[in-house]
Amino acid sequence: MIETDLLIIGAGPTGLFTVFEAGLLKMKCHLIDSLPQPGGQLTEIYPKKPIYDIPGYPVVMAGELVDNLMEQIKPFNPGFTLGESALTIEETDDHCFIVTTDKGTQHKAPSVAIAGGLGVFTPRKPPIEGLTEYEEKGVDYIVRDPEKYRGKRVVISGGGDSALDWTVFLADVASEVSLVHRRTSFRGHLDTVDKVHELAQNGKVKLITNAEVVDVHGQSELDRVTIKIKGAEDLSMECEHWLPLFGLTPTLGPIGDWGLEIEKNAIVVDNATDYRTNREGIYAIGDVNTYPGKLKLILCGFHEATIMVQSAFKRAFPDKKLSFKYTTVMGGVGSLE
Amino acid sequence: MSADIKITVVDREGVPHELIAPTDMNMNLMEVCKSYELPVKGTCGGMAMCASCHCYIESAHELNAPSDDEEDMLDQAFFVEDNSRLGCQIFMKPEYEGLMVRLAEESE
Repeated sequence: MIETDLLIIGAGPTGLFTVFEAGLLKMKCHLIDSLPQPGGQLTEIYPKKPIYDIPGYPVVMAGELVDNLMEQIKPFNPGFTLGESALTIEETDDHCFIVTTDKGTQHKAPSVAIAGGLGVFTPRKPPIEGLTEYEEKGVDYIVRDPEKYRGKRVVISGGGDSALDWTVFLADVASEVSLVHRRTSFRGHLDTVDKVHELAQNGKVKLITNAEVVDVHGQSELDRVTIKIKGAEDLSMECEHWLPLFGLTPTLGPIGDWGLEIEKNAIVVDNATDYRTNREGIYAIGDVNTYPGKLKLILCGFHEATIMVQSAFKRAFPDKKLSFKYTTVMGGVGSLE
Repeated sequence: MSADIKITVVDREGVPHELIAPTDMNMNLMEVCKSYELPVKGTCGGMAMCASCHCYIESAHELNAPSDDEEDMLDQAFFVEDNSRLGCQIFMKPEYEGLMVRLAEESE
């Protein structure tokens, strides 16, 4: 069991800066993130994107901002559980929380700060009624073991790299591969696109463009999909597998079931006090929270983190006096003494 | 001289909303909808990375052509039609006076 003073869920910019502000109050922090590296969406989605609204920086690249934040919190030596998602939370008799990840790692702290940003990245699912009943029974959103498709008839949907890559790969594995795409052109890596066209010409892949899969059928396992083609009659295609590869989308995930008040996929907090949620000891800061006038900006997350740690301190050390320290006096590292 | 244009956004219940949009602030359609508190999430902050501002262009206006990034994202979205666009990639210009768009269904 990992024990800490403040457990932070989400290692994006807000979560990382929380370590600094908590560190000034001599609190130890530990961060959990579903991604394998810190930085959240900045590192995962747009490391090369310039950001213009960080005070003091006329412009800074997202990836560089994360590097700087990591440097800034280094003296406080935070712990990280990366590549694991926070799954469950339970309250202990001594007013602490135990957060367990999907891989079973347990963390204990008197306060939990949810800095989950957009949430956990999960596959985008086509809006087809009854689709979930076929998950793992023919419908897969992620290819984990290509051998599963050996000798089978596979329909793949999507027009991006992942759809194209798997079409090329499975052409040699599956007995039949059909690629269904909404347009006639593809936007993946040029050589992969060429390869797919070549396979289509040689009859190794069936290319169905201007089309989309609109229905799934089968008794208990998938055995057929319906494909709608622009300007033509619907096509019924027999298959054992359908792989809808439409990329990832963030969702709140398991945190949505933690008994917190949720509004429009965000956690409701009290912005007049300390960004507390409706559960005492659990706070939500950054893009993951909502309150009247909320702005989803990195700098607002930094502010929220700073206010929040003052309350988290009182929970971690109820008998100690909290004295606010200006870093201009002794620098952040002075707090380590 | 006023730099504002009038546009119409039809919400998912079919209700039309007439919005006044400035053309001198480099605002995009997603931002205009959000400022009127229409149900457009804009999850990714306008980077053509989430399709939560997916809409249909219902008027005959000639808009800026979609970028590769936008086409990429539309490839991953659902309920896509020939007149589908991402609101965050449509920047308000005086020529768009009278623009009419309809919000696309949301999908999880």
